[in-house]
Amino acid sequence: MKFTEEHEWLREEDGLVVVGITEHATTQLGDIVFVELPDVGTTVTKDEEVVVIESVKAASDIISPLDGEIVEVNDALADNPALANEDAIGAGWFFKIKPSDVSQMDGLMDESAYNALIA
Amino acid sequence: MSDLLYTPLHNLHVELGAKMVPFAGYDMPVQYPMGVLQEHLHTRSKAGLFDVSHMGQVIIKGADYETAAAALETIIPVDILGLGLDRQRYGFFTNETGGILDDLMLANRGDHIFMVVNAGCKVDDIAYMKAKLNDVTVTEITDRALLALQGPAAEAALSTLDAKAADMRFMDVASLTLAGVECWVSRSGYSGEDGYEISVPAAQAEALAKELLALEDVEPIGLGARDSLRLEAGLCLYGQDMDTGLNPIEASLPWAIQKVRRTGGARAGGFPGADVILAAIENGIERRRVGLKPEGRAPMRQGVPLFEAEDGGAQIGFVTSGGFGPSVGGPVAMGIVADSLREPGTVLYGELRGKRLPVTVVSLPFIPANFKR
Repeated sequence: MKFTEEHEWLREEDGLVVVGITEHATTQLGDIVFVELPDVGTTVTKDEEVVVIESVKAASDIISPLDGEIVEVNDALADNPALANEDAIGAGWFFKIKPSDVSQMDGLMDESAYNALIA
Repeated sequence: MSDLLYTPLHNLHVELGAKMVPFAGYDMPVQYPMGVLQEHLHTRSKAGLFDVSHMGQVIIKGADYETAAAALETIIPVDILGLGLDRQRYGFFTNETGGILDDLMLANRGDHIFMVVNAGCKVDDIAYMKAKLNDVTVTEITDRALLALQGPAAEAALSTLDAKAADMRFMDVASLTLAGVECWVSRSGYSGEDGYEISVPAAQAEALAKELLALEDVEPIGLGARDSLRLEAGLCLYGQDMDTGLNPIEASLPWAIQKVRRTGGARAGGFPGADVILAAIENGIERRRVGLKPEGRAPMRQGVPLFEAEDGGAQIGFVTSGGFGPSVGGPVAMGIVADSLREPGTVLYGELRGKRLPVTVVSLPFIPANFKR
């Protein structure tokens, strides 16, 4: 699993990359009450805002960690935003992206580097 | 490093694992480990204990109650002379243009009036009263904490400390003996639930809070849930839903101005901005505060502009308070809209991230009040 400085996690799965936010992020945000996911088929570029999440405290934007195409979104999360708090790196995933340049993954942090970042 | 003030319960908040934030010059608990959502729901189902010691507690004293009440009626447009002994009433200070300087609760305690004002306004409020009021003394109470115990289990909880708590009705005030010390208690609050606000000497505040928190149904609740609770209850937050630019009629608070202070009443007018406010009651207004229910799941927060049409057209209002309502299970808001659009059921559009999303005007509160009348 890879991590960004924006507290996203990325997991490669069958040539796709699953993206979510870390437990550290959801703890900081507090109870998440709304998630707006992109449309499937949307072409996104790295650092583009793709998801809006709202916690009981405030709205936040989630940016795409990679260039690519959104091929699947987690509708269960839109229906039950609390999944992001309950299971941030599992059932609380946001979207799956088909990366146009897998090498963009190379510059991302591994788990120990991320843990050092949030320590 | 920090200039933030601490309430007498600061150590307890830290001990309980609260997340502390600056609020109105104080270091205050925004949430405890339970989290805003569960704290909110717990208050609606059991009982929540809030530290509201940042708020201003003031005693106004004259030769007798009538002297103090008559003085306050010159700056507050509500019936204070007619307030019964040991009864509490909502009110506000108005300015010359009819706007609201602050809102407040006041109580007839026989030989004095006990008032609670907003933390962010208390310095100005007290200076204003001292400058404006004749024949009375205005004293800020700085050696007492203020706790709120709110929720359907509040009565049973407080009654275990002093059985007299159960005899109080909504908006009654009484002196109860809690944690071995005299406390000034009102049966009121800011959550839409039954409950109490308790003025306790600072030295006994932590002991009282711990005694209440030791009860099974009572959990500590932070400012985050306090805000969502009051929003669902349709209660105004000064500085958001009301301010110096909005008169009480526009703020949908005409009920707070009793007949005796209105045109034709025995003590009509006689407060700042009376001409504007009484004319607004008689002749109507151009805009007013309403409840708003966003149709989707996206919260519409303070400042979201409101439109009559999905496309084009001029802005007709804005959201003054909004967020997620845990008991409603979706977004809730209040806002100022053109008076012609005030009817419940009217569909408006809030512009969120460049998109206009439907929002329906609704009656307040979102959650029926649960008071013991």
